[in-house]
Amino acid sequence: MSLALDAVTLTYPDGDGRLTALDEVSLTVPAGRLTAVVGPSGSGKSSLLAVAATLVAPDRGRVVVAGTDTAGLDAAARAELRRTSIGIVFQQPNLLPSLTAVEQLQVMAHLSGRPPASVRERAMELLDAVGLADRAARRPHQLSGGQRQRVNIARALMNEPALLLVDEPTSALDHERGAAVVALLATLTRDRGTATVLVTHDRAHLSVADTVTTVQDGRLTVAGRA
Amino acid sequence: MFVAWRDLRFAKGRFALMGAVIVLITLLVGLLSGLTAGLARENVSAITGLPADRVAFAAPPAGQSVSFTNSTVTEEQWTGWARRPGVTAAAPLGIRTLNAVAGERTAAVSAFGTRPGDGLAPGAVAPGEAVLSGSAAEELDARPGDTVRLGPLEARVSAVAGDASYSHTPVVWTSLDDWQELGQGGTTAGERATVVVLRGDGADWAAGDAAAGTEARTVDGALTAIGSYQAENGSLQLMRGFLFAISALVIGAFFTVWTIQRSGDVAVLKALGASTPYLLRDALGQAVLMLVAGTLLGTGLALGIGALVSGGDVPFVLSPLTVLGPAGVIIVLGAIGSALSIRRITAVDPLTALGSVR
Repeated sequence: MSLALDAVTLTYPDGDGRLTALDEVSLTVPAGRLTAVVGPSGSGKSSLLAVAATLVAPDRGRVVVAGTDTAGLDAAARAELRRTSIGIVFQQPNLLPSLTAVEQLQVMAHLSGRPPASVRERAMELLDAVGLADRAARRPHQLSGGQRQRVNIARALMNEPALLLVDEPTSALDHERGAAVVALLATLTRDRGTATVLVTHDRAHLSVADTVTTVQDGRLTVAGRA
Repeated sequence: MFVAWRDLRFAKGRFALMGAVIVLITLLVGLLSGLTAGLARENVSAITGLPADRVAFAAPPAGQSVSFTNSTVTEEQWTGWARRPGVTAAAPLGIRTLNAVAGERTAAVSAFGTRPGDGLAPGAVAPGEAVLSGSAAEELDARPGDTVRLGPLEARVSAVAGDASYSHTPVVWTSLDDWQELGQGGTTAGERATVVVLRGDGADWAAGDAAAGTEARTVDGALTAIGSYQAENGSLQLMRGFLFAISALVIGAFFTVWTIQRSGDVAVLKALGASTPYLLRDALGQAVLMLVAGTLLGTGLALGIGALVSGGDVPFVLSPLTVLGPAGVIIVLGAIGSALSIRRITAVDPLTALGSVR
């Protein structure tokens, strides 16, 4: 399994007490499959992503990413795991304003200590895959919202992650562009064999998912195939 | 430096503004350093140029410090020093500031009286003769063979040599006997010189002081006995110190704001897997690059302006110490200031890149 959550519980400080964001959540996502996670605002969807991305450690339970149990990993080891095995597609594109589209991808190699020039060809291939090869030299402010989101997706795939975590990728897009982005994610998941977790509030995009999971008050209440 | 270098090019305006501040501070510090060194040279070069291991002053009364103005030593004292084991030379030196006149020209000079053959003057001194420093000759428009009047004394210029200054006045070297004729400066019978210039190898300076009733100081230590030097140099060094502190604070403040502004980008990079050392290297590299570029430009300007003014009336010294020293200090202090502000990168939570997690 590329992602396995086993009885994961996550709480946050809330006044004098603690708020339970995830309550005994278990989820497995195999390679090449797209799992959609839906639920109302505040249900725990993003908390699920944060735990899977090793950005926050759960209070209880196991998180296994690409065969690595994340329990006990220090900050440097978690950062390395994110570099090598996890791709994150943020809700907002979160592109770096000073980098061109192709450099947004090349920086992923630089984070791993590889010369950016050595991965330019692959970066261009990925930009081509998301239909932006002709926008490679443009900076974020020179791209449309949909184009920025596609660069965001291409960047997440740059290091060939085993696990792709996608957070509300269509929230800033109109329906047509949103559908195109989700379709692209589904294609890339199958073509590249990633395990993809797609968090969305928009049920219109669920048809592309292999599995749909509903989160309600921090619990996985429904799970099944789309 | 992948992101940092692109940030520098992308946010040109902000970095250019900060770079200009660094250039101006470096220029100011460079000019001030040159001026400080120039003024110091005018104040003390006659003393620092002495072939001396120690300068012995008359021991001051309790509670007072030695000073060239108040010190008077007697023949017994320098002959006593000359007999001390390990002392290879004990030369009396008289110092007095007075007006010199040559033809129509008048100038304030410092008369340095020394015995012929003691080797303190840059040229041979003899009774009835004077060796003028270059500045004294220029101010008095005097050449070898001319006559200059030093108070009650008339002397023939035997040579123009060296460029020694003392307390912002050019030095005129005379024989000690002639110097003693200048007499009016508060001297009394038995007083023969101002200080004793000592050279020695393995001499017991403390024992010599105790025996002779003097206080021997190193040449550097003797400089503080020039009242104007202490006050002037202290003020200028204080200004320079404040400028260094201000530069570190300004640079630190800029990078604090810059780091806060880009904390969102830092969070994204951390979420993507950037290690904290990677981000710190990137940010510090950016700061050092800007510091070095700004400092080099500022130093170049200081060098150019210094070269223009150093040949004129402005006391300005161009040397590696006055040019490269301040530049190095600004880079080091600026790097420390920026490092202190950049360290907040470690506190940026990558979770914020995901936005709300509830």
